[in-house]
Amino acid sequence: MSVPLEHDYIGFSPPPAEETSMEKTGDIKPISALTMNMEATELRLGLPGSQSLQRDDNGSPELCIALPSCKSSVSRPKRGFYFAIHGGSGNWVFSSPDTNFSSPRNNPSAVANSESGQDGGLPNQSSPAPQPEKKNGQAAGPASKAQVVGWPPIRSFRKNTMASHPTPKNSDVMEGGDHHPQSGGSASSSSSSSSSDCLYVKVSMDGAPYLRKVDLKTYGGYKDLSLALENMFSCFTIGQCGSHGVAGGDGVSESRLVDILHGSEYVLTYEDKDGDWMLVGDVPWKMFIDSCTRLRIMKSSDAIGLAPRAFEKVQKQQLA
Amino acid sequence: MNYFPDEVLEHIFDFVGSHKDRNSVSQVCKLWYRIESYSRQTVFVGNCYAIGPERVAERFSGLKSITLKGKPHFADFNLVPPDWGGFVYPWIEAFARSRVGLEELRLKRMVVSDESLELLSRSFPNFKSLVLVSCEGFTTDGLAAVAAYCRQLKELDLQENDVEDHRGHWLSCFPESSTSLVSLNFACLKGDINLPALERLVARSPNLKSLRLSRAVPLDVLQRILIRAPQLLDLGVGSYLHDPDSENYNKLVTAIQKCKSVRSLSGFLDVAPHCLSAFHIICPNLTSLNLSYAPGIYDNELIKLIRHCHKLQRLWILDCIGDKGLEVVASTCKDLEELRVFPSDPYVGQAAVTEEGLVAISRGCQKLNSILYFCQQMTNAALITVAKNCPNFVRFRLCILDPTKPDAVTQQPLDEGFGAIVQACKGLKRLSLSGLLTDQVFLYIGMYAEQLEMLSIAFAGDSDKGMQYVLKGCKKLRKLEIRDSPFGNAALLMDVAKYETMRSLWMSSCEVTLGGCKALAKRMPGLNVEIINENDQMEFVGGCDDDRQKVEKMYLYRTLAGQRRDAPEFVWTL
Repeated sequence: MSVPLEHDYIGFSPPPAEETSMEKTGDIKPISALTMNMEATELRLGLPGSQSLQRDDNGSPELCIALPSCKSSVSRPKRGFYFAIHGGSGNWVFSSPDTNFSSPRNNPSAVANSESGQDGGLPNQSSPAPQPEKKNGQAAGPASKAQVVGWPPIRSFRKNTMASHPTPKNSDVMEGGDHHPQSGGSASSSSSSSSSDCLYVKVSMDGAPYLRKVDLKTYGGYKDLSLALENMFSCFTIGQCGSHGVAGGDGVSESRLVDILHGSEYVLTYEDKDGDWMLVGDVPWKMFIDSCTRLRIMKSSDAIGLAPRAFEKVQKQQLA
Repeated sequence: MNYFPDEVLEHIFDFVGSHKDRNSVSQVCKLWYRIESYSRQTVFVGNCYAIGPERVAERFSGLKSITLKGKPHFADFNLVPPDWGGFVYPWIEAFARSRVGLEELRLKRMVVSDESLELLSRSFPNFKSLVLVSCEGFTTDGLAAVAAYCRQLKELDLQENDVEDHRGHWLSCFPESSTSLVSLNFACLKGDINLPALERLVARSPNLKSLRLSRAVPLDVLQRILIRAPQLLDLGVGSYLHDPDSENYNKLVTAIQKCKSVRSLSGFLDVAPHCLSAFHIICPNLTSLNLSYAPGIYDNELIKLIRHCHKLQRLWILDCIGDKGLEVVASTCKDLEELRVFPSDPYVGQAAVTEEGLVAISRGCQKLNSILYFCQQMTNAALITVAKNCPNFVRFRLCILDPTKPDAVTQQPLDEGFGAIVQACKGLKRLSLSGLLTDQVFLYIGMYAEQLEMLSIAFAGDSDKGMQYVLKGCKKLRKLEIRDSPFGNAALLMDVAKYETMRSLWMSSCEVTLGGCKALAKRMPGLNVEIINENDQMEFVGGCDDDRQKVEKMYLYRTLAGQRRDAPEFVWTL
């Protein structure tokens, strides 16, 4: 069977003859195009000592296929990869988790996936100003945890069953020694999962018809949280926030949050373990996670008295 | 052969078992068609809209058993709106009218109403076996009708159905005279069960071989059931919560020891894992173990259990087993043929297994031929190794939780890895892809996957070429389902005649347009081309619609029955 020649149709130059490492190299040695194309498609299952295009690690699996080297971020054509952020536990008040809120077809202003195909894409954004790409793993937290409709491909029966009877312990490595299993799988569908890796809290917004739930553990800090909340609730705010943050001298947290929601006259507050309502952003992130039991996006007018100093600051910035 | 009397031909055809072979036999000549048709007792209809029930009843007058599948596969993942179709009622009604001697009904992804169950139970006096998989639309009242009126019922098998539970009196509807039960599976029910009725039923069913209990059945009842039914081959434990020092537990241990025939174990829907040692005694006999609904079993208890299961051929497990646990499986279960690893928490987006677990399994389990593996990451190197170790895959389904994730080590697409799989596994019939994939992987699939019958694609490919490679190369392709991939009209229309050789094609969130679908429908009248237009995404503006609109969901299938009449408003058949 003749091999079609267009092997670099995904934009790669012909690969070098000898692939000494799998690291991405900018320079590519020129080689006979025809030879390389043949070898690029020829699959060999890595018998040691055969042919030149292999790494010679003793015993370890060998990649016998000459992969064209590429730049670290491949610019890929759009895939139509959209996110429907439907929340971890599917715990919506009125709609079914199936509803796709953020199809790119319905929302032309959404930046569906674009440049960051490699790390799973960005959450759908309705603000026209494009977000800077999130390169680090932490900031990709909300993106990678956002749910795509029908993904992962698990039967809904199984999904629903596992959701209402969550894993008592989320362990991925067998730890030796004593381990106290909790008696029985937890049969309750509690609002915060008993798994150590999840911390779901309810988020309400004044005036919104339904609540949301977010997993605080998926966010690296206040920045990520506020971004995610903005995405979730932006459909309810009157004004959109285009600009992002005055770099506050006293930390990213407080001023950014207030700014993001500032244009819509809301502030973000949380209820702590003592039942008090606090302004989000005062304490270090870790402390916040440990004490937060629910979030509320409150109208600024109601927030008077929560943290007077902070509120004055807001007013100052408003006037500036 | 033509000089043999009909009865001899019929007798010879009895030895022809598979549907494919019988279909071939029926096409040899008219005589063979006639004889094969009236002698065929088991009919398989892969798409309930491909043919009408009247025609089936007419052709196969000796029909006793029928398997029907309804919704497209992606309906399992909420991609098909609830009212799309797949109703079984017309089938039951037509068969009742035609006086088909129906004995067995097996349904998958169909809508089953209580009315249809009632009609079923009253229309077929010899009815023996009802198997419902991933169905919906019925309640325990429907089950009550089946229990009450199917006097010869042997098998009631409910797998992962969405059943509205009106609280369990249905079990007491089995008449006291009914002693024929061989298989009873109600594990998917969520409500309470009439426990005394269950115990009495088991007590009067000496032929009971398979019993799968729901969560509502507690330990003491389990123990009493096992005492009554030590002949069980297949056991699904419901609830397994108890105090290890209790009398009940001791009795259970005794009861389990008598169950020497159990070969298949599942359930443990609620479990106290430190008491699993009671089951260690039957583990060495097990060939099938399904703990995929038992998140309460993990770590040491899980490993201990598995270490006893030397003869396991099929294992369904949650990913909390981890890579290390899979190594234990690899070293213990040398006869393993089928493995499924499900994510413990699908919403978190983290899986606890990686490519290392898969490689370990491939090294240890040479007989492996079927895998479904949800994992956090994968590498080309791992897939190449797996292909080398296990060339016997018939079903290979890999799901990386982040659907476009590249090779975790090299950041390359996973084309080469999957390419190695299709090249090595000459008998591969079913393949599901995930991870970062370019058109290259489809080139490989088209080149090497000669036996491929079902292919599932999500978030993959770069251009129409990808889909074209597949359509051109995979001669035996029957089902193709694609979502969120950049394939458009050029691919769709490349070889329209091919779709009549296939059962169905699903494309959602791709680049095909209304115009392309219309062109296809026009050229191929033997296909139903359905556009699923939920949320009014597409518009007819004053009778004239924009053909350039992209189609969100398209499902096409070959059919002899023409356009279906039960399609809801949001489904347009072109």
